[in-house]
Amino acid sequence: MTPDPTSQANETGEAKSGRRGFMAFAAAGIAGILIAPGVRLIEIAQAAPALGTASPGASSIVRWGMLIDSTKCASGCTDCVTACNTENGLSGGTKTTDSQWIRKIEIKEVRTGKTQSLPMMCQHCAEPPCVDVCPTGASFKRADGIVLVDKHTCIGCRYCMMACPYKARSFVHSPQTNQKPDVPRGMGTVEACTMCVHKVDKGEMPACVTACAKAGHEAILFGDLNNPESEISKRIASYPSRQIRENLNLDTGVRYLGI
Amino acid sequence: MKIELRPLQGTSPGYYLLMGGMALVALVGLAAVWYMEHNGHIVTGMNNQIVWGLPHVFAVFLVVAASGALNVASMASVFGKTDYKPLAPLSGLLAIALLLGGLTVLMLDLGRPDRLIVAMTYYNFKSIFALNIFLYSGFMGFVIVYLWTMMERSMNRFTPMAGLFAFIWRMALTTGTGSIFGFLVARQAYDSALLAPLFIALSFSYGLAVFLLVLMLACKGSDRPVGDALMAKFARLQVIFISAGLYFVTIYYLTNLYFTRHHAFDRFILMDGGIYTLLFWLGPVLLGGVLPLVLLLHPRIGQMRRRVTACAALVVGGGFAQMYVTIIGGQAFPLVIFPGRQVSSSFSDGVINSYSPSLPEWLLGFGGVAIVGIIVMVALKVMGFLPERLDDEAMQHNAAALAAAHA
Amino acid sequence: MAPLVFLLGLLIGGAVYAGDASSVRVPQPVVESARGGQCVEDPAFMRRNHMKLLKHQRDDTLRGGVRTGKYSLKECIDCHASKTTDSVAATETNFCQSCHNYAAVKIDCFECHTNKPQVKP
Repeated sequence: MTPDPTSQANETGEAKSGRRGFMAFAAAGIAGILIAPGVRLIEIAQAAPALGTASPGASSIVRWGMLIDSTKCASGCTDCVTACNTENGLSGGTKTTDSQWIRKIEIKEVRTGKTQSLPMMCQHCAEPPCVDVCPTGASFKRADGIVLVDKHTCIGCRYCMMACPYKARSFVHSPQTNQKPDVPRGMGTVEACTMCVHKVDKGEMPACVTACAKAGHEAILFGDLNNPESEISKRIASYPSRQIRENLNLDTGVRYLGI
Repeated sequence: MKIELRPLQGTSPGYYLLMGGMALVALVGLAAVWYMEHNGHIVTGMNNQIVWGLPHVFAVFLVVAASGALNVASMASVFGKTDYKPLAPLSGLLAIALLLGGLTVLMLDLGRPDRLIVAMTYYNFKSIFALNIFLYSGFMGFVIVYLWTMMERSMNRFTPMAGLFAFIWRMALTTGTGSIFGFLVARQAYDSALLAPLFIALSFSYGLAVFLLVLMLACKGSDRPVGDALMAKFARLQVIFISAGLYFVTIYYLTNLYFTRHHAFDRFILMDGGIYTLLFWLGPVLLGGVLPLVLLLHPRIGQMRRRVTACAALVVGGGFAQMYVTIIGGQAFPLVIFPGRQVSSSFSDGVINSYSPSLPEWLLGFGGVAIVGIIVMVALKVMGFLPERLDDEAMQHNAAALAAAHA
Repeated sequence: MAPLVFLLGLLIGGAVYAGDASSVRVPQPVVESARGGQCVEDPAFMRRNHMKLLKHQRDDTLRGGVRTGKYSLKECIDCHASKTTDSVAATETNFCQSCHNYAAVKIDCFECHTNKPQVKP
């Protein structure tokens, strides 16, 4: 029973064109899959500002930082804390559910009893653990080094509060009203020192810095760490400054003298 | 004769009573969520020092137990212990139910639970939390496929492969859950790679304990007693898992004792931590560890099904206590910002933080447990998850039938 | 066939009738007018797109630090705040609340942002 040669040839022809069709489709599919990510990358690259051009707003040319001279910090003085509370619309309360963006820490050397005082706020690390752990990317580092919480995307999971080595963050536990127009704050989101980003963007200095200077203590210096001619860079170059919990290698934007 | 799996037939009033009770608990839990969401977390016991409280204890326990609950099925499909095959679908079901319950509690405790869509669309892939979200949803997917291969006769040949994928994913999931804590370099309690394997060991233990409790309840309620041989097997397994858990807990605290900088924290948990010390020694060590071990090592343990059930309950209780000590004890101990110095501030620096769980938190936690129960009870009624018979004779015949089928 | 045509005619007629503003059966929202001047875009455009503008602007401002640009939320509130309640969302007739109440869309913005204008120094 030999198969009909014509039908066999037809079948082979059909099978051949069927295979070809499949191969063509598969090749197109694979090509599409290979190229698509590249197209997406080009999209993303074109959307970002071109390297080297100064886009309006925050840029990585600048890195904002602070230098705090704890030897000039008096125990019991809370000028910086009061100024921060006023500027940002915080209650100033110290219950465990109240937000504190900056606090004074009194440190005592146990053996000798020698005491020291310094303000602690968000250290605006270059490698912030809070940014690493945030599931939605709401905790982020701006191009100019200021670490912020995007309250639009914050889901209030508090993981960043667990991760912060400085306990810098607070959770808003109750409904908020009468917020400052420049400082939105809302229930269910996490917040911390913003280095008065609303003032910095206008060319002013953070409220704590201004208040400390105004009161004559001059313990906090604010400036551009990337600019070698800035006062802060010159001082860091001349005096042995430290970072708190240096061993964590976070490269903080806030440095201290005298610790 | 292979053991058949059938939906529950002719449910008793007890079924409806239990279902009603759980629905009520779930509803009250939802009411607690509404209250928390509208008034803010100020109505809970959580604050800026203890940021993760009782709901997280419940949620993490349920999630860890979820991955462990799949173990019975994994043993059947991946490790060739065919005796557990009839129980594999129930194991998969329980894994899904526990995960859903745990995730519900976790999601509803968020500061902004209305932003769940945001959580599912904005991802920071460096965050272990974000990766965990993928692990959880992937787990559901893999286990559902696994269940399908087991319950759809024509797909049975894919069960070993589906089981393998589910098992690998489950190990990744528990590693991820442990790493949520292990990656917190800043805190004395957590900065450790050991937390991932610790959670894996604990998951085996908690998962099996919860599985046993559910199995015993289902079998008692539907009059199909579990055979002595199977009970003895479970008892032996539980001994191994409890031991593994105790091993990792011991190693964790023992090695920490070697690091001088961790002495204060170890001392806190093991000696002066008040409630945490009490819970640690009484919970995972004594009542959840040593006592069940001793009770389960009896030579005729298979015939003492009440003892096995009691031990499972003890392990669950010990597990809750372990999670409480880990999660809340770890936050109660003050964050060390200036090592070796005495500190004080307006923000509770240098002091042990106190926490007392509030009613809404308890209600939310139990609401999650109730959701697990509802899912399991509905599934048992609707589809064939429960083996018709689990007595020794049926198991022997089942084993013979399976061996004959493979020969 | 005939009943279908009749039903269709009823629907179309109803739609036309409802669209006719002069013989309205469903009350329109009472929207307080702004403090004066021209909005940065025309009302029809704003009705459709204000949410997109705000969503885009928020990222520019927060992540990019761009505080210039015409879609600033603070500027919107400064202009649209009610003369009586000094807010855009305090009562039902206030600018934002009025339409949002009518459309039954909860405003999320004022959980965090103040709904009052800036106090000019």
